[in-house]
Amino acid sequence: MNKIIYKQQLSSDVYKMRIEAPLIAKERRAGQFIIVQIDSHFGERIPLTIADADPVEGSITIIFQAVGRTTHLLAIKAVGDTVQHVVGPLGQPTHIEKFGRVICVGGGIGVAPMHPIAQAMKAAGNEVIIIMGARNRDLLILEEEMRAIADELIICTDDGSCGRKALVTAPLKELCEMEPKPALAVAIGPPIMMKFCAETTRPYGVHTMVSLNTIMVDGTGMCGGCRVTVGGETKFVCVDGPEFDGHKVDFDNMMTRLKAYKSREDQDHHRCHLDEAIEEKK
Amino acid sequence: MTHTTSEQLTLAATQGLKTLEKPLKAKQRMAIPAQEMPAQDPAVRRHNMNEVALGYSEPQARLEAERCLQCPTKPCVAGCPVSINIPAFIQKIADGDFAAAIGVIRESSLLPAVCGRVCPQESQCQAPCTVGKALKSTDKAVAIGRLERFVADWERENGLLKTPAVKTPTGKKVGIIGSGPASVTVAADVRREGHEVTVFEAFHRPGGVLLYGIPEFRLPKAIVDREIDELRAMGVEIKTDFVIGRTRRLNDLLEKDGYDALFVGTGAGLPKFMNIQGENLVGVFSANEYLTRANLMKGYDDRAATPIFPSKKVAVLGGGNVAMDAARCAIRLGAQEVHLVYRRTEAEMPARIEEIAHAKEEGIIFHLLQNPTRILADERGWVCGMELLSYELGEPDASGRRRPVEIKGSEFEMDVDTVIVAIGNESNPLIRQTTPGLATSKWGTLVVDENGKTSLDRVFAGGDIVLGAATVILAMGEGRRAAAAINRLLAQS
Ligand SMILES: Cc1cc2nc3c(=O)[nH]c(=O)nc-3n(C[C@H](O)[C@H](O)[C@H](O)COP(=O)(O)OP(=O)(O)OC[C@H]3O[C@@H](n4cnc5c(N)ncnc54)[C@H](O)[C@@H]3O)c2cc1C
Ligand code: SF4
Ligand code: FES
Repeated sequence: MNKIIYKQQLSSDVYKMRIEAPLIAKERRAGQFIIVQIDSHFGERIPLTIADADPVEGSITIIFQAVGRTTHLLAIKAVGDTVQHVVGPLGQPTHIEKFGRVICVGGGIGVAPMHPIAQAMKAAGNEVIIIMGARNRDLLILEEEMRAIADELIICTDDGSCGRKALVTAPLKELCEMEPKPALAVAIGPPIMMKFCAETTRPYGVHTMVSLNTIMVDGTGMCGGCRVTVGGETKFVCVDGPEFDGHKVDFDNMMTRLKAYKSREDQDHHRCHLDEAIEEKK
Repeated sequence: MTHTTSEQLTLAATQGLKTLEKPLKAKQRMAIPAQEMPAQDPAVRRHNMNEVALGYSEPQARLEAERCLQCPTKPCVAGCPVSINIPAFIQKIADGDFAAAIGVIRESSLLPAVCGRVCPQESQCQAPCTVGKALKSTDKAVAIGRLERFVADWERENGLLKTPAVKTPTGKKVGIIGSGPASVTVAADVRREGHEVTVFEAFHRPGGVLLYGIPEFRLPKAIVDREIDELRAMGVEIKTDFVIGRTRRLNDLLEKDGYDALFVGTGAGLPKFMNIQGENLVGVFSANEYLTRANLMKGYDDRAATPIFPSKKVAVLGGGNVAMDAARCAIRLGAQEVHLVYRRTEAEMPARIEEIAHAKEEGIIFHLLQNPTRILADERGWVCGMELLSYELGEPDASGRRRPVEIKGSEFEMDVDTVIVAIGNESNPLIRQTTPGLATSKWGTLVVDENGKTSLDRVFAGGDIVLGAATVILAMGEGRRAAAAINRLLAQS
């Protein structure tokens, strides 16, 4: 069970893996995630988005950045190894229908969860414009895959080493000002990026969906550790989400909660790239 | 505080046994001192996760058993949710025939080592006990639970647990959802009849609340694992990491996977919050999250990857077993002060009396007739305190309990860096949301008939998913009832 059947390093610390998981492959829909645990005794449970699935082969694809204990352990596994625990598909699937012009904004590793959503949006007959952002060319992932789906692909890097030297919010703003007005924006990436995407679209009244990646334990609604404030109400990301209306999410509270165990992680010498990204963009 | 050691208690009991002149008259029996449960010294156990209550020694058990009057009307049996023949097993302990004693219990109960430890005996079998009534204190009742635990441990420690016999295969398949006490009971009872049984558990380890909720210091996990191993030895298949409603739907199990009957024992896993300001600050946890991190994910062990919030001053909100467990975990995980805040008085606390006493011995500070109005944040968005209101007892309500009413203007603040909310659980909506036609109550619990059958054919349910957050023994009792109905159904079809 859960055998790794394919592994590829996409950038310095981002990996793509195909894992045998026939039931999840059959059930999963765009937007859903799994919980992974390595080491039954002392391992932690972490959520990872399902980037793709092949129900015929009975496999799911995950793309992850080696940032913490579990993702590091996962990264050193080889083809033929097994992942001790994989549970899913969890969360609500993305609501897919024909909206019209849909803008998909993926930042950093957020491009991975965006891929199945963009695919499904395209298949539903939408015009799909994809904005991909990364700090530099080396950190861009899934460019070819996204190009194959997109009616238009816009690449932004912080240092201009590929595409435009801009933050993803710049082309997003331009698209909001252009006709036809986007029917929907979907933003997935570091929390700070999602927050600013939501702020960018807000004045234009463009409905904006974001996919939240909070700390989780069970992933089935039992602990409430994943809770966020959305429109003044408490929601559990693992069962009510992971997607929410970006204009209603309290991102500041969510970002603070993500740092709850920060000091502990520092002790463990974990470099959190998400935080680096947050610090940089501030 | 002076602490009496296990050795001292055993010595006293040994001497007590010698002085008994049989046959004993009722009056002499009642004069035997109630045997205290040996426990780890509070000063020591605050720093370890090992079991607190150490269990009776043989002399203690035998002496305690002599306190039983063998009442012909058996009021204690009426108080037991699964009607264990209590005087019969106690007599066997008095006779020194422990194998026969556990045999009597096993006629009615599947999990004596668990129930002996966690049942609220003072409100069940021990409440109506004649000895307790005569001595005008439930505390003085025959210690039925401790005796039950004694023989269950005796059986396990002497390697006498026998895997129940399984009848010849019937070719029928039963699926069981969840692996808490209700499900474990159904699995054993249904498997015994020769049906194929598969248990689906969302977590990576089976056991339900017994594993992820109730801490090691109250219920050693080796005991739970042992029960699960027993199921495996009977040929029950256990599929962990399997969420019904997500990995596979209930209907798929019936229609596509060939299950002839299903039992839903998914428990009450949806934490309630207070809905007050500040509840999503860093440092506020549901008891479920806190206990899961501490127990299932082994947060108490340095090797665990799952982090535990570094708390100094903790407030736990609630007065049930869950609240006591969370408070006592927090002390063990290094908190300097743990405050338990409860809206009513100690008399109304739903927790087991023994746990309340143990919590106090361990230095948990009780704040009664108080309730928080909001949680306060520092400039970073982390908890730095709570605002509370004091209450007083008002007029009795419909249930006869005096309701707490707030004292106007009594607001005050308490400095804490962690708040653990332990005010109860509702039922997890996953199965009902993904199963059309499954009837539920307005509280979200599953509606069942007198056989434990839900509104769907061949689908049964029991335990907390039906009762709301209840007890281990009631879950087991419901499991028994549903298993009997499933076995009848499969015998007919
Ligand atoms: C901290 C705490 C302390 C307690 N202390 C006591 C005590 O001292 N005495 C006492 O009698 N009672 C106590 N209780 C209550 C008691 O534990 C419960 O009443 C009892 O465990 C209920 O059993 P159950 O079989 O209904 O479900 P549970 O034990 O809740 O087990 C349900 C299982 O189902 C799994 N599950 C849920 N949904 C799904 C799904 N969709 N697919 C697959 N699996 C699923 C869950 O992961 C879980 O493992 C306590 C409860 C808690 C939380
Ligand atoms: S009520 Fe008490 S004294 Fe009477 S039989 Fe039961 S345990 Fe013994
Ligand atoms: S992760 Fe526990 S409720 Fe969402």
